[in-house]
Amino acid sequence: MLIKLARLSLWNRRGTVLMTWLSLTISIALLLGIEHLRTEAKSSFTSTVSGTDLIVGARSGQLNLLLYSVFRIGNATANISWPTYQRIIKHPQVQWAIPISLGDSHQGYRVMGTTAQYFEHFRYANTQALRFAEGKPFAAVYETVLGAQVAEKLGYTLGQQIELSHGVGAVSFSQHKGKPFTVVGILAATGTPVDQTVHVSLEAIEAIHLDWQQGAPVPGRQLTAEQTLAEDLTPGSITAFMLGLNSKMATFTVQRQINEFKREPLSAILPGVALAELWQMLSMVESMLLLISLLVLLAALIGMVTTLLASMKERQREMAILRAAGAHPWYLLVLIQMEVLLITLLSLLSGTLLLLLCLFCWQDTLAADYGLFISLNIVRSETLYGGLAVIALSGLLAVIPGALAYRRALADGLTVRV
Amino acid sequence: MTDKPEISAIELKQLTFNYKASGWQLHIPALTLTKGQHLFIRGASGSGKTTLLNLLSGIARVQTGELYVHGLPMHQLSGGARDTLRAQQIGVVFQQLNLIPYLSVLDNTLLSSHFAGQNKADSLVRAKALLNRLGLPAALQQQKASALSVGQQQRVAIARALLPKPALLIADEPTSALDSENRDAFMRVMLAEADTNGCTVIFVSHDASLQQYFNYQLQMDQLAQGVQPC
Repeated sequence: MLIKLARLSLWNRRGTVLMTWLSLTISIALLLGIEHLRTEAKSSFTSTVSGTDLIVGARSGQLNLLLYSVFRIGNATANISWPTYQRIIKHPQVQWAIPISLGDSHQGYRVMGTTAQYFEHFRYANTQALRFAEGKPFAAVYETVLGAQVAEKLGYTLGQQIELSHGVGAVSFSQHKGKPFTVVGILAATGTPVDQTVHVSLEAIEAIHLDWQQGAPVPGRQLTAEQTLAEDLTPGSITAFMLGLNSKMATFTVQRQINEFKREPLSAILPGVALAELWQMLSMVESMLLLISLLVLLAALIGMVTTLLASMKERQREMAILRAAGAHPWYLLVLIQMEVLLITLLSLLSGTLLLLLCLFCWQDTLAADYGLFISLNIVRSETLYGGLAVIALSGLLAVIPGALAYRRALADGLTVRV
Repeated sequence: MTDKPEISAIELKQLTFNYKASGWQLHIPALTLTKGQHLFIRGASGSGKTTLLNLLSGIARVQTGELYVHGLPMHQLSGGARDTLRAQQIGVVFQQLNLIPYLSVLDNTLLSSHFAGQNKADSLVRAKALLNRLGLPAALQQQKASALSVGQQQRVAIARALLPKPALLIADEPTSALDSENRDAFMRVMLAEADTNGCTVIFVSHDASLQQYFNYQLQMDQLAQGVQPC
């Protein structure tokens, strides 16, 4: 009877209830959505690199090294000489190594010089390997493999010729003229900075800088692409490199050995630790998002209580009738709680459905345009706690109109005073 | 007549109620009604009718004096116990708007037995029969209360008040919204049903013409003087 009363009473006021339900639905979808995106972004962020045991660069802080080697943000303080690299990868624990050479760009996208090892060993997001959407890895010097976003944004297809610029600005004044690269491969989207990278071989980086010195073209010495191929293209130095070890247990030993390397000042970092530290720095944004969505939810709940309070006036007669028929005042309190519970449960359900619908519709867009890989599975312990918190909070707030009904019921008696 | 002394349906002793705001006082030295007695109380507005009804139905708390309903000391009971007593022993009918508009006629009727904690299936059977006797056939019983005429609504209110078989029926000007024809019909079915259940009726109105239906009559000012109905 209680639930029937609550249900029919709500139906009787369906106009205002509908608005309350809508606003609650939207704010619950928002809350769950932000929470979901937050967790997804965090897991996607911290899995930007995976399977790599150590990242090695010239001596610097671990965040700096992480930023330029993985996120292509900022620049290296110094390079690592090629002989040093050769020496370290001969360490018995080293299973594979991916050299990285940075410093050039194409239309604002960073160019990364590397080897075929990269396509074989680089892992992201839970040890996923890089996948080619089209084409194959570069084999010749003047061949390039594009990240998904580079190809998408610039509209490049296989076989296209592109030129690289010196430096990393979006608008560069010094072009590597006369040395065009052919697009031979386009990677599938990963949701990591790989999507925004133009990949070439280490030899190519060397080749386009043969006629350069001190960051500027050497006047009067212009080599054509064909001429450079005849030269020795062994790199003089690289920016950083990633290491995969035979045994995870050896990670700290190898890290210490690299850090204490006598001939050159080097830093080796554990990418997972550095990524977690970086995310910590972004946690303010994270908690701000959460705070905003909580405030939105609070506003919606207060809106609901306001509507209930406003309806109490017109429901005085209803309450008096129930009292006259023998209802205890607490019955009225429970009745109002029940109404709030019904609205909240309904909103939770519709809010979740709305979120799922939105995710379903925009999942592809998010992946393609923003490199955000959001899973459809929003059910997590946090989501459940969130739902419970919403119910508890609405129940708490419903005490206000409930107590009002209770008090009025006691004060007004059986007749309604106008 | 049985040999056992009948429990009086209602008994008041030196009942007083003070209004804090105005300082006005309602005082009833004594009033006793036996089971099945029907009493008409006439009084102009402001004579304390509503207060008396609130006291009798247990909504307002007795400040001093004694009030027994069906032998139970209402003046000693807590608010919750008074609510339970009202649900089980007292039926109330207002002037108008007695029903919850969005519930069906049947559900409106069943509210009282729900609050009295009576058996559901049994109540349903009795409610249907009661409504039928009051001229509300099955087709009407499923309608929403708001679809009924005022006369029909008042009859539903009687059905609800009488369904839990209360000892006392309190009616507060239930005919004021009815025309004379409906009023006569209403008075007859109400008193007939009350008689069937052996229910005591206290009927409050300012309309002296309704007096004819009652064996016992009192004015509010007579009550204050301690006059017993006769």
